[in-house]
Amino acid sequence: MMTSRPRWLPHPGWLLLIPAVALLGGILGVPLWQSFWRSIGSGDWTLEHYSALFTDGVTLKVLARTGQAAAVVTIVTLLLGYPYAYLMTRVGPLWRSVLVVMVLMPFWTSALARNFGWLILLYDNGLVQRFLGLFGFDDVVLYGTAQGVTLAMSQVLLPFMVLPLFSALGGIDRKLLLAARSLGSPPLVAFWKVYFPLSRGGVVAGVILTFTLACGFYVTPALIGSPRESLIAQLLGQRTTQLLDFAGAGALGTLVLVVTLVLVWWANRMGGSMATIGVVAGQTGTRR
Amino acid sequence: MTTLLEPSVAAPAPARTSFLTRWRARRSADPTPVWLTIVGTMVALYLVLPTLIVIPMSFSEASTFVFPPRGHSLWLYRNFFTNDRWLDSLRNSFIVASCAAAIATVVGTSAALGLHQLRGRRSARFLQSALMFPILTPSIVIATAVYISFLRWHLVGTLAGYVLAHAALATPFVLATVTSALGTFDPTYLRASASLGASPWRSFLTVTLPLISRGVATGAVLAFVTSFDEVVIALFIRSPRFQTLPVQMYNSVVVEIDPTIAASSSLIVVTVSLIFLVALLGSARRTSRPGSANNRRSVVRRTR
Amino acid sequence: MTIGISRSSATGPAGERSGKGAQIRLESVTKDFGLAHPAVDNVTLTIEPGEFMTFLGPSGSGKTTTLNLIAGFESLTSGTIRLDSQDVSTLPAHKRNLGMVFQNYALFPHMTVAGNIAYPLRERKVPKAEIERRVAEVLELVQLKGRDKHYPSQLSGGQQQRVALARAIVFNPRALLLDEPLGALDRNLRAALQLEIRRIHREVGTTLVFVTHDQEEAMNLSDRIALFHDGRIEQVGSPENLYAEPETLFAARFLGDSTVFALGDQPVTGPVTWEDERWAVDAGTVAQRARSGGPTALVVRPESMGIVRDRAQVPGGANAVRARVRDIEYMGAYRTLVLGVGHAGVSGRARIPAADKNYAIGDEVVAWWHPDAQRIVAA
Repeated sequence: MMTSRPRWLPHPGWLLLIPAVALLGGILGVPLWQSFWRSIGSGDWTLEHYSALFTDGVTLKVLARTGQAAAVVTIVTLLLGYPYAYLMTRVGPLWRSVLVVMVLMPFWTSALARNFGWLILLYDNGLVQRFLGLFGFDDVVLYGTAQGVTLAMSQVLLPFMVLPLFSALGGIDRKLLLAARSLGSPPLVAFWKVYFPLSRGGVVAGVILTFTLACGFYVTPALIGSPRESLIAQLLGQRTTQLLDFAGAGALGTLVLVVTLVLVWWANRMGGSMATIGVVAGQTGTRR
Repeated sequence: MTTLLEPSVAAPAPARTSFLTRWRARRSADPTPVWLTIVGTMVALYLVLPTLIVIPMSFSEASTFVFPPRGHSLWLYRNFFTNDRWLDSLRNSFIVASCAAAIATVVGTSAALGLHQLRGRRSARFLQSALMFPILTPSIVIATAVYISFLRWHLVGTLAGYVLAHAALATPFVLATVTSALGTFDPTYLRASASLGASPWRSFLTVTLPLISRGVATGAVLAFVTSFDEVVIALFIRSPRFQTLPVQMYNSVVVEIDPTIAASSSLIVVTVSLIFLVALLGSARRTSRPGSANNRRSVVRRTR
Repeated sequence: MTIGISRSSATGPAGERSGKGAQIRLESVTKDFGLAHPAVDNVTLTIEPGEFMTFLGPSGSGKTTTLNLIAGFESLTSGTIRLDSQDVSTLPAHKRNLGMVFQNYALFPHMTVAGNIAYPLRERKVPKAEIERRVAEVLELVQLKGRDKHYPSQLSGGQQQRVALARAIVFNPRALLLDEPLGALDRNLRAALQLEIRRIHREVGTTLVFVTHDQEEAMNLSDRIALFHDGRIEQVGSPENLYAEPETLFAARFLGDSTVFALGDQPVTGPVTWEDERWAVDAGTVAQRARSGGPTALVVRPESMGIVRDRAQVPGGANAVRARVRDIEYMGAYRTLVLGVGHAGVSGRARIPAADKNYAIGDEVVAWWHPDAQRIVAA
């Protein structure tokens, strides 16, 4: 647009990006790089810290436990989130906004406050225990167990399942279902053969995203789980502050980071765009 | 005109119709199934209940975490506002969040404007993904790396360390909201303002900035709340002399049982919910009112 | 800082217009985006002060890019642009003092109508009382009095366009540039606003450059039309000039309908041959550009073409050709016969009185015209 900018001056857009690149690069980029550098022996290009992870007898066990917990969380959120997302496509704009607000609630509120709430609920003689007692499930201990942690984590991760799902489901024309039923399909079969396959992109995106984020949880397992059943995040923390094994922590951290990035990139490709992950639209009405 | 209908399938006589029939007739052709509404409601409760439960807890008399709370008392709130440790951590959180939000807002807005000007270039898209990267990284990985580096740079337990770390973490959120606001910004406006005699700087001040102000404000609030509630990094770069509120809350469960956390949690939940509800209603009302270039908000925060 | 407003008081050669606007001179202006052909290719044009000049052409012909070059939104690859005697080729857009109206209005949504119109005056540090006076004056001019406190989103398309116009003229620019301003409006509204624009142009008297792809609009409004084709100006002239005396086939086709007979490379100084017909050529009807050799075409406007049943009825001295009626269009005031002419079945159109119902589809007829009604153009 300008006809008079001197040729040698770079486009002003780049200048505007300098503060952000400096801040993020310096405070986040440099430490992560240093962590990686340490993990390969600070220039020796050794893999011993990585191989140590796999031979110390603890890391692998914890990784497996974390993966299992994350898988359970993913399944729970899928089972709960799919109907919720489907409901969001059926209701009018006012109710939809309400539903969006509700699904984002665990998000906005402080992690501590939320986990404290779960602590109260799951504590001995807490609400959840008494609720289950109504159905005859006595002596169910939830506080300090993997099940309790799963329950708490699912609540927080539900938005990451619901929103990509809603995005995908919103694009499916419901008339297809009606068409299938008019052709003679019973409702469940119509759903399974027509509707669900069309939503597969959103399902995959949501599943990958939820699983990935679940693996990185720290506060919830720390507050609600038991120390004997630590997850990978807590292990990483211990390595750093208690064992002071900075190189090993660097290796573990880099490993977790790389796996996370790959999984998120994969989710991105399968249909959960960055827009869904990073910027969730709190839609409060249609644009006129 | 002949019809194919025989008299036997003519419309039924409009005698007494049952309530159910009339109710079905009043609903739209494709109503939401009842079972779906029930399931949805239960899931909604699951989402909201654990957060809200802290509120009644905060009025408890007892010093344990047992629910339902016994008695009605404000002693937890009193403790929160008089105990030095709680007050100090609250004050620290406020200062850190304010500074971090201020920095993140300026840095994030600037970056969003820069990327907007460079849009379309592959290098710009790559940079945008790179700058959004902290949102997706597990906090623990960032926390441990930052902690170790901060040890060397003598930033552990300092205000500067907290502010810088939180500012870096919050910037992507501001970047996201402002980018969203710019997405609905018509570049023709800037041509119009230029043709009317406004220099590029004046155009920015009088046209661009007002139209993205909602995005910037939302980003600032988001940055503040992100920093205020941030717990994982805060746990690692703390020192006995400098802690933020979430760290104090964490201690009150793990280190020594202190039910004041109920009061603290309750205050946070109510305050933050109010802020976001106000922002929601404000942008809902503005949608019908002219003047906003954006009515999308980003409401993602760190969760762990 | 007040920006000097250059008021040119030059009069045209016949002393017609004492334009209050600037003279715009484009000299060998070229804009290359790095694609196969330049978007604007060596355009030279002088727009007289106070003139209503239309840039007409199909999409991609370079007319909007040329306008953007005049406005300063694009930089020149080569050539110069002068406003009066000032070389503005490298002057930034915000210093050129030209008013611009965009197709999508570009009214600032966060300001009221009055705020929008006052914007250029505020940027020029005009005193507040003066601003109020001028805003009221120009609102009256575009017939939007009373709407000053409304927001753009509360106005209809036509009203928004008038606000855009008001905003562009309130600061007395030395020229007004309009980029397909009526494109987004429906037919009736467009006609009404065309009249508005003409009226405002008469009252304000500034130089006006109007971009459109609608030839009717161009012929209706302009003092002169510059016809753009593939980045170049095909022809410049008054609407009458362009309609009656097109220089090229493109010009003949773009303005109005015609029947086109390709003549190949044959000389056009004497009678010409087409299929098995021989037609007289009136020297005054041969375009300049068709005289220098190269392929030519003979075009006849529908209103110049008569229809009879057989050759015997063709008036003496007229050129004729046989044709078959393909379709009949009833236009209310007249009828158009769509013809397949000659062996080749070249598409032709002839206009006959509305009351004439003698012809039916499939009829074999003879089309005729006087040699002074035809035109030979470069093909």
